Amino acid sequence: MKLLTFKGGVHPPEKKELSKDSPLENFKIPEKVYLYLVQSAGAPPKLLVEKGQEVKTGQKIAETSSIISSNLHSPITGVVEDITKMFHPILGAPSDLLIIKRTDEKDEWDLLDSIDFEKADSKNLVERIKEAGIVGLGGAAFPTHVKLSPPKEIDTLIINGAECEPYLTVDHRLMLERTEDLITGIRIIMKILKVKRAIIGVETNKRDAIDTLNRFAGNGIEIAPLKTKYPQGAEKQLIKAILNREVPSGGLPMDVKVVVQNVGTAIAIKEAVVDGKPLIERGLTITGEGVKTPKNIVARIGTPIEELIEFAGGYNGTVEKVILGGPMMGIAVPNTSIPTMKGTSGIVVLTREVTGSLYTRNCIRCGRCIEACPMNLRPNVLYKLVKMKRYDDAVNEGLLDCIECGSCAYICPSKIDHVRHLKLGKKVYRALRRGK
Amino acid sequence: MMVRTFKTAAAPHIRHPDDTSKIMRDVLIALIPATIFSGFIFGWYAWILAIVGAFGGELIEYIIIRFFRKDKNFVPDGSASVTGLLLALNVSVKLPLWAFLVGLIFALVVGKHVYGGLGSNPFNPALVGRAFLMISFPVQMTTWVKPYWPKFWMSPWDMVTSATPLALLKEHGFSAASKVSTFDLFIGNVGGSVGEISALLLLIGFVYLLIKKRVTWHIPTSYIGTVLIISTIFWLVNPEKFGTPIFHILSGGLMLGALFMATDMVTSPVTPKGMLLFGAGCGAITMIIRYFGGYPEGVSFSILIMNAFVPLIDSLTKPHKFGEVKQNG
Ligand code: SF4
Ligand code: SF4
Repeated sequence: MKLLTFKGGVHPPEKKELSKDSPLENFKIPEKVYLYLVQSAGAPPKLLVEKGQEVKTGQKIAETSSIISSNLHSPITGVVEDITKMFHPILGAPSDLLIIKRTDEKDEWDLLDSIDFEKADSKNLVERIKEAGIVGLGGAAFPTHVKLSPPKEIDTLIINGAECEPYLTVDHRLMLERTEDLITGIRIIMKILKVKRAIIGVETNKRDAIDTLNRFAGNGIEIAPLKTKYPQGAEKQLIKAILNREVPSGGLPMDVKVVVQNVGTAIAIKEAVVDGKPLIERGLTITGEGVKTPKNIVARIGTPIEELIEFAGGYNGTVEKVILGGPMMGIAVPNTSIPTMKGTSGIVVLTREVTGSLYTRNCIRCGRCIEACPMNLRPNVLYKLVKMKRYDDAVNEGLLDCIECGSCAYICPSKIDHVRHLKLGKKVYRALRRGK
Repeated sequence: MMVRTFKTAAAPHIRHPDDTSKIMRDVLIALIPATIFSGFIFGWYAWILAIVGAFGGELIEYIIIRFFRKDKNFVPDGSASVTGLLLALNVSVKLPLWAFLVGLIFALVVGKHVYGGLGSNPFNPALVGRAFLMISFPVQMTTWVKPYWPKFWMSPWDMVTSATPLALLKEHGFSAASKVSTFDLFIGNVGGSVGEISALLLLIGFVYLLIKKRVTWHIPTSYIGTVLIISTIFWLVNPEKFGTPIFHILSGGLMLGALFMATDMVTSPVTPKGMLLFGAGCGAITMIIRYFGGYPEGVSFSILIMNAFVPLIDSLTKPHKFGEVKQNG
């Protein structure tokens, strides 16, 4: 059978074996959580609590402030100890932070009521997802209620179980251990989007997950085995592979009648609708050669990374970098007091042996980056144009189509940092255009 | 809780283990069989040229970068060794060492560093050096010695000169050129430049690079394929004047050029389609020069000419951006 896939991409070492057989474990409720107000793409929500106020687990503490924004709930029962600012690794600058401290052993939940989704209508379901503060758990953290209210007709729901980032295994574990919740979540989304067809795309390095899911398939839910290749889980590549539809340049999946949701998000949707649980905890993989016992865990949002690394047996070897997310697109944190966020799919601790030397040389025009680029761009040319500050030319060359997957920089024998420059180029171009 | 601090750097945080210096190292390894063989055919001086080329090239580049471009952090990448060795393989053993060194300096300075160094030069530096030597030392560059397998102890000054098969073809027709058997052409028991003679050993080296995924098949295949097609047509028209296709493929610098010079990444197109076009252009120009030009051989000029077309080929063969053509599923 020919496996579904896309053109381009790379094959980094998977390293899934480090953690793929460790079942999900619940991490203890932390003594303190550190919550960035900015947890998702879009505008920061409006704060509803003050310093010193008592909060319950799941209590709403910040509320959407604009269309693209999401609610925030307290992950623990305790008091708001402080409202301050701390370096935000994604924004790259200091940002508002809430510190909530437990006062005793209690974990009192402020749950919403359960909704019978079969009877509920689409609008109420979306409203619930919005209320529960759900965002895309694959990493981008885009508010889910926005994605589930497309202004266009949708005919297919794609569930992203590709988990193409090396090292990460949490979606794999979720598909194995939370299969029923996943399927319920998918049914809820199908109901919301009024689609008859949902396809779960899974890379074939997760055979057991494919087999398990196949037992639940039917009634409009299909499983699509995908070739193991990075970035198979990037939305546009996933849609191309599964449906052979190409999202137009500058467009969104809905332009080809598709909505893509991640496995973890579908489970969070089920919990929000059926169990009335807001998004205050999530599954994540804590792994890498740099920790002693890699694990898959479910932890409250806002847990400092250091505690999770301790939980995974502590450091191992000469640790060089700690990554929030996967090694291809994740963000290296400056220190381990940084907490997890809604979009944190994993913590990868990399040793010096793995990161290697990054002595950058001149481009030798080998063409490997072009071959690897899943968007069919010419990363070498884009890089040059951005370096020469020719932003308009770079945009004509496709700068804004770049999905920042990192395939080009990964494969480059001259160790050129394409992604850093392309991200910067986009930023500068947008700033210049706003200035005009 | 002990908080630790770490390095931050942009994603991706893992990189493919290949790097530029490994690619260059493998190109050097791939050229070793042909280089060793040349000493057995043309005497020990061929080896001196090769060693001076490989080590001298790196040294000259180091001096250029360290003292003229004042870059203290430079780590040699091996590309200058490749240029030096290729230049050595592209000259006649009648070329004195000092002249070779002048050519090598010219190759690295004018062929490479005036443009900004590795990656910025439009023309293959070794071929720039060779063109310079052809113009400055036309006699020494085109005086060829008779093959003397396996007398590596002989020095080139004691050797009898002879014409290359391609020169024979040009001047006396195919019956004169075909005195060299196809087998000798294939293994390299013929006169010519230091490293161009053994099609067999060059092929072995290239297969090594293919296996190690350092190169792709596109340029050599379209280059040699084009030569095959053109020479077949001309052979059918006039076999005595134009010679056989197999003769054209195995003689002169075609193998060295198609496998190791035209494939230089810096000076060839970046996409497979572009590479095919580039190879075809090289093949066509080579044959035009061989049939109608003033020189018996046209490989290096054809590659230099096609080097100039690379920017054009690159823009003609630009890949279609994902989502550029609007599709409806
Ligand atoms: S240019 Fe952008 S889309 Fe293409 S490989 Fe590089 S990061 Fe990925
Ligand atoms: S992979 Fe690196 S060296 Fe090769 S063409 Fe791209 S940028 Fe240049």
